[in-house]
Amino acid sequence: MNFTHTEERQLFKDSVARLIADTHTLDARNKAARTDLGFSAEKWAQFAELGAIGALFSEDDGGFGGAAFDVTVLFEELGRGLVNEPFLATAILGGGLIAELGNADQKAVIEEVIAGTKQLAFAHGEPKSRYDASHVETTAKKSGDGYVLNGAKAVVLNGGAADLLVVSARSSGAAWDEDGLSLFLVPGDAAGLSRTSYPSIDGLHAAEIRLDNVTVGADALLGGEAKAWPAIEKVIARANLALASEAIGAMEVARDMTIEYLKTRKQFGVVIGKFQALQHRMATVLLEIEQARSSVINAAGRFDGSRVEREMAVSAAKTLAGKIGRLVAEEAIQMHGGIAMTWEYAVGHFAKRLVMIDHMFGDVDYHIARYVALSKEAA
Amino acid sequence: MDLSFSPEDLAFQAEVRDFLKAELSPQLADKVRHNKTLTKEDMVGWHATLNRRGWLAQDWPKQYGGADWTPVQQQIFDDEASAACAPRIIPFGLKMLAPVLMKFGSDAQKAHYLPRILDGTDWWCQGYSEPGAGSDLASLKTRAVRDGDHYVLNGQKTWTTLAQYADMIFCLVRTGTEGKPQEGISFILVDMKSPGITVRPIILLEGTHEVNEVFFDNVRVPAENLIGEENKGWTYAKYLLTHERTNIAGIGPSKAALAEVKRIAKAETVRGVPLSDDPYFAARVAQVEMELDALSTTNLRVLSSPDAAASAGSISSMLKIKGTEIRQAINDLARRAIGPYAMPFVSEALEEGYNGEPIGPDYALGVAPDYFNNRKISIFGGSNEIQRGIISKTVMGL
Repeated sequence: MNFTHTEERQLFKDSVARLIADTHTLDARNKAARTDLGFSAEKWAQFAELGAIGALFSEDDGGFGGAAFDVTVLFEELGRGLVNEPFLATAILGGGLIAELGNADQKAVIEEVIAGTKQLAFAHGEPKSRYDASHVETTAKKSGDGYVLNGAKAVVLNGGAADLLVVSARSSGAAWDEDGLSLFLVPGDAAGLSRTSYPSIDGLHAAEIRLDNVTVGADALLGGEAKAWPAIEKVIARANLALASEAIGAMEVARDMTIEYLKTRKQFGVVIGKFQALQHRMATVLLEIEQARSSVINAAGRFDGSRVEREMAVSAAKTLAGKIGRLVAEEAIQMHGGIAMTWEYAVGHFAKRLVMIDHMFGDVDYHIARYVALSKEAA
Repeated sequence: MDLSFSPEDLAFQAEVRDFLKAELSPQLADKVRHNKTLTKEDMVGWHATLNRRGWLAQDWPKQYGGADWTPVQQQIFDDEASAACAPRIIPFGLKMLAPVLMKFGSDAQKAHYLPRILDGTDWWCQGYSEPGAGSDLASLKTRAVRDGDHYVLNGQKTWTTLAQYADMIFCLVRTGTEGKPQEGISFILVDMKSPGITVRPIILLEGTHEVNEVFFDNVRVPAENLIGEENKGWTYAKYLLTHERTNIAGIGPSKAALAEVKRIAKAETVRGVPLSDDPYFAARVAQVEMELDALSTTNLRVLSSPDAAASAGSISSMLKIKGTEIRQAINDLARRAIGPYAMPFVSEALEEGYNGEPIGPDYALGVAPDYFNNRKISIFGGSNEIQRGIISKTVMGL
C-alpha cells in the first residue's frame, strides 16, 4: 500500500497550486463570472501553457496523463482556488466523450482543447431529466446521410462559450432507456441551435439550449448510433470524481479560514476558539473532511476496475462530497457569523460552490439510491 | 387539554382570511411566494393596507392605535398571512422600538413617534451591532458625548437591515466607561438625515442588498432624543427580549415555505413519477413536517401560558433555535427539490418588471438564493450558540 502521489504528480500539483496562488483573485474570478464568456480567457491560456488541460488526456490522445489520480490531483487544486475556468465542461465532459468514442478525424479537436484554443460543452441534461443521466427526450432522426436533432437542453455548463457541443439525442427507445442514445458533434453556431447563457449562483456559467431542426452530417455522429450509454455513464463518473475532488479542495480552504477566524475573532474578551461548543464542532468538520478525502481515493483507485466497482465508489464519493460539503459550508458560515454572509468575504463563495456541487450530476439522494441499485447488481 | 381554537378565535381566523382575499394582490403574493425582490413601495404599501384596517400594530394597546390582539390572535394572523404569501411586517419600528417607547419613553416621545410609525412617516432601522460587538453586544464602542443640548455621536454600526430606506435609527451608544460594559450604554433616537451619517451597503453572499454599515462622524443629536435615563440603555434593550414572544419561532412562514416545497415536489418528476412520491424525499419532508407541527404546539403552549413572562428569555431562546433550524431544513428541502435548476442565478429575474427569457421553472429561481440568505437566521438576533448559552445559564443554572 502507498498513499503518496508519484513525484511527477506531486510536481504537477505544486505547479498548478503556484499558478493559482500567483495569478488568481476571488474578485477577478467573480467579475469574470458575470461576463458573457463566464471565465477568464487569459487564465485559460495560462492553464493550457502549464499543461493543466493536457493532464486530463492520455498520451495516446495527445495529453500526458488522463488517469483517475490526475483528475483528483488537478481538481483538488481547482477547488482550493475556486477556479471557474471550464475544465469540467471542456476537458472532462466534452473532451472525455470525444476521447472515448471519437474516430481519428473527430479526435483532432483534442489537440486544440489541450492548447486552450477550443471550448467544448456536453449538452445532455434536459428540463425534465433532473439527475437521471439516461433521461433524454431530444430526438435524432435520420435524414439522408445525416441527422436532424430536435429538443431542449438544460443547465449546460459552458454551453454559451462552447465552440463545439457534444449533444445527446435519442435514436430509439423510451424517454429514459439507456439503449438508443446517440452523441453528435454540433458547432455552437449551427443553424437551428439557440442558446441562452447565464451565470450560476456559484460563479460558473451555463446555458439553456434549444435545437430546432439542427441538421448534421454522418460525420457528426460520435461512436455507434444508439450505443452511446456506456461512454456517457463513464464520462459522468469521471465528472463526479472531479467534482468530489474539487469539493475537498474547497472544503479544506473553508476549514482553514474558519480555524483562523476562531483563533483571531474576540468576543467576551477571549478568542471564540476558546469556546468548547465551537471546538467540538470544528473537530467534527476536520474529521468529516478526511472521510470525504478517503472516499475520493477509493473512487480514483477503483476507477479502472469493473463498471459496478467504479460506479459504486464514485457514487459513494459524490454522496460524501455532497453531505460533508454542505456540513462544511454551513458550519463555516455559522462559526464565522455575520462576516461570512457578505459577498466581500471569501468563505461564502466557497460555501456556495460546495452546496452547488451537490446539484451537479446527482445529489446525495440520487447517489444513495444509485449505490443501492448498484449493490444489488453486484450481489 | 383541548387543541382546538375557541369559537372567537375561529371567527377571527375567518375574518383574517376574508381580509387577505380582498386586500392582498396576486402580484404581490407571487413575489413573496417566489422570493422575488420586494420594493420599498411593496413593503410600505402593505403596511398602509394593514393600517387602514387597524391591523398594523397588532400587539399595541388600543390607546396608541393598536389592535391589542391576544398572542393567539397574532399567531393566527401570522399563519394566515404567511399562507397567503403576504409580505412580512417590517418589525423595527412596530415591534422593536414601539414597546420600548411605550414603557420607557417620555409622553412627548410617545406622542411624536408612535403615530409616525403607524402611518409610515418614519421607517426605522436598528443600530445595535458593531464590527467588534456582535454576539458580545455589550462591548459596543460607538460614543455619544454630551455637548450642551446635544449628544455628539462617533462610531460605526453594522448589519443595519434596510437602512437604505430608513428615516430614523434607534441606537445603543456608549455614554459611560465606568463599571461593567453594560452599565455605560444609552438608548438614543437619531434622524438618518443628520449631517455626518453615511450609509454603506453590504452585499450579501447571494448578491442582495438588505444590510448596511452606518457610520457616525460627529453627528449631533438633540438630547431630547435620549430614551429614559443615560446609561440605562442596556435595560431597555433587554426589555425587548423578554417582551417579544410572538413570531420568534417563525411558524407561519415555515408552514408556508413547507407548503411551497410540497408544491414543487408535486411538479418535479423523476421518470414521470412526482418527486413527492419518492420515498427518500418524502421521508425528508415528513421529518421536517413532524418537527414543525410539534414546534407549532410548543409555540401555542408558550403563547397560552399565563406565567410565561417569568421565563420568557429562555423560552424565546428555545423557540428561536428550533424555529431557525426547521426553517433552514425547509430551505434545504427546497433546494434539493429543484435539482439542477438550483444553479442558474439570473438576479434580474427576481426584480420587478423583468421581461427576459425565463430560465427553468418559475418556482426555482429564488430557491437557492433564499437557502443561502437564510443562513443568517441562526446568526442574527443573538446566534443560536448565544441562545444555547442563555438556556444553559438561565434554565439549567450551569
